[in-house]
Amino acid sequence: MPPLLFYLFAALSLGFGLMVVLSRNPVTSALSLAMSFVGLAALFISLDAYFIGTIQILVYAGAVMVLFLFIIMLLDIKEEAEKRSSLGAIVGAILVASVLSVQIATVCSSLSHSKQSVADSALKLQEAGAEMTASGKSLATITKDLAAGELPDTKLMGLTLFSQYAFHLQVIGLLLLVGTVGVVVLSKREKEVAP
Amino acid sequence: MAILLANFDLSFLIASVVKIVFLTFLVILPMVAYSVYAERRFSAVIQDRVGPNRTGIPLTLFGFKKDIQILGIGGLLQPMADGLKFILKEDFTPRSVNTFYYWLAPCLTMVPALMTCVVLPFGSELRLSDLNGLIGFLGLPGFSETPIQSVIADLSVGPLYTFAIASLGVYGIVLAGWASNSKYPFLGSVRASAQMISYELSLGLSIIPVLMVFGELNLTKMSIYQDANGWLLLPLWGEGLSLSRWVLWVPMMISFCVFVVAMFAETNRLPFDLAECETELVAGYHTEYSSMKFALFFLGEYAAMIIGSGLAVTLFLGGWSIPFSPYLGLDFEAGATPLWLGLLHIATFFVKIVVFILFFILIRWSLPRFRFDQLMKLGWLYMFELALANVLLTAILMIFFPLK
Repeated sequence: MPPLLFYLFAALSLGFGLMVVLSRNPVTSALSLAMSFVGLAALFISLDAYFIGTIQILVYAGAVMVLFLFIIMLLDIKEEAEKRSSLGAIVGAILVASVLSVQIATVCSSLSHSKQSVADSALKLQEAGAEMTASGKSLATITKDLAAGELPDTKLMGLTLFSQYAFHLQVIGLLLLVGTVGVVVLSKREKEVAP
Repeated sequence: MAILLANFDLSFLIASVVKIVFLTFLVILPMVAYSVYAERRFSAVIQDRVGPNRTGIPLTLFGFKKDIQILGIGGLLQPMADGLKFILKEDFTPRSVNTFYYWLAPCLTMVPALMTCVVLPFGSELRLSDLNGLIGFLGLPGFSETPIQSVIADLSVGPLYTFAIASLGVYGIVLAGWASNSKYPFLGSVRASAQMISYELSLGLSIIPVLMVFGELNLTKMSIYQDANGWLLLPLWGEGLSLSRWVLWVPMMISFCVFVVAMFAETNRLPFDLAECETELVAGYHTEYSSMKFALFFLGEYAAMIIGSGLAVTLFLGGWSIPFSPYLGLDFEAGATPLWLGLLHIATFFVKIVVFILFFILIRWSLPRFRFDQLMKLGWLYMFELALANVLLTAILMIFFPLK
């Protein structure tokens, strides 16, 4: 990926992330978060993770944030916009944020990838696919794609998810089901008890 | 700067820009304009009226007796007249609106609708080196032997990309309703977003069986496969004549039906146009909009319709492939397709889209509108379950009737 694009999308993502915190209007905050997700998706795509990038937009920007926006619009915006934040909250937020960023910076600098330049930072999916093929765990379509010089990122991810992490996937599915059933139970109107 | 600009491939960039300009500005936007015209003429035919049939080259302005009608079909210049009217009308902004979002909303409907077209393979490939003999006398180096793919971005996540960007279109509608600061638009936008979020599920689920059959997410490869082995809904040549393809035809047909119904709901077209149903909500989320801003909503809806048709054609009806191409000798061969065949493929693709749009219009003018609770019930209780069961059905059938 050209480094120029990396800086562009990183700036987009960070700038709108800042807007989420700084803007007074909650609708602006919500939309900025959506834009920040779009920037993040572009960064994922630049790392050759097309599937994750697309799903980032589809799920977070396209569905989750729309629901957020939906709820915000039903509230009284003027009241929210006039709220003043207290000094203690600002100091606390800055403190937590700086501790977190120092922590992230330390962890990232100790990683083996940290010396890599932006230009060749793409995920080594090609190598991962070749390894899978070599160990005989691969599918025919993946082998074919790799032979044609294409990147089967979706297929590789699907294969890993459904073979190596099948159990975790099932647990998450169950968790989501519990959430759905919970919502249905909570929102169901209770029947009037006949006197 | 040099290091910042490293890795940019200039010829690739130029080819992409040419393709974007061709597809968006020279094909889709005129198609949008003329599908509005087609809608008006077709509805007139259905209702036994005449429709807009007068607009031609206005020679009467210069003292002639008659206007000239292009090709003898009345009203072919109607879209231009409409466009001119939209631009010249007063652009009124009500005082109570939130100005920034009021202006942003029409753009947010139009831009995603046009962005989704980049993954559609609108043709096979163009071997421009066939032209070298014609332009040779200019003394230019001529085109390289490598054919140009007729798709803007050959992504490995094709349909997912379309869904992702199309799901951003909801913002335009939600913001339009909210920023207008008025009751009817707000109700319209709440309805529209609820509807679009609900039907996105069925839309996404309905194509999973298709992806299972292809084993592929790349729309270009799907088109090539269908060109050689029969369309998904018309498996009459190549491997399409095998038993398993015909057994799998049943779930594919179910998929197609769910996909088309969900697409109608996603594009807010009748019978699902609850977002703007005139008898209840004035005009829905764009009640407060006038002139070109209103036109952008209108055009966004039609552009979404065209690209939705494009996706349906690519997934189920062979994309750019010519029916019975192996029998006719018109089938695609990678790297060896002559230029005229490449152009014929592009024409075939757009002919299929036009037929699909006429189908859209026919449905709009022949079915009554659903009630909102019926719409939600249909989406969540029937379409969603049908799509889910169809995934299971396809998986089971594919165990017993494996492809290849």
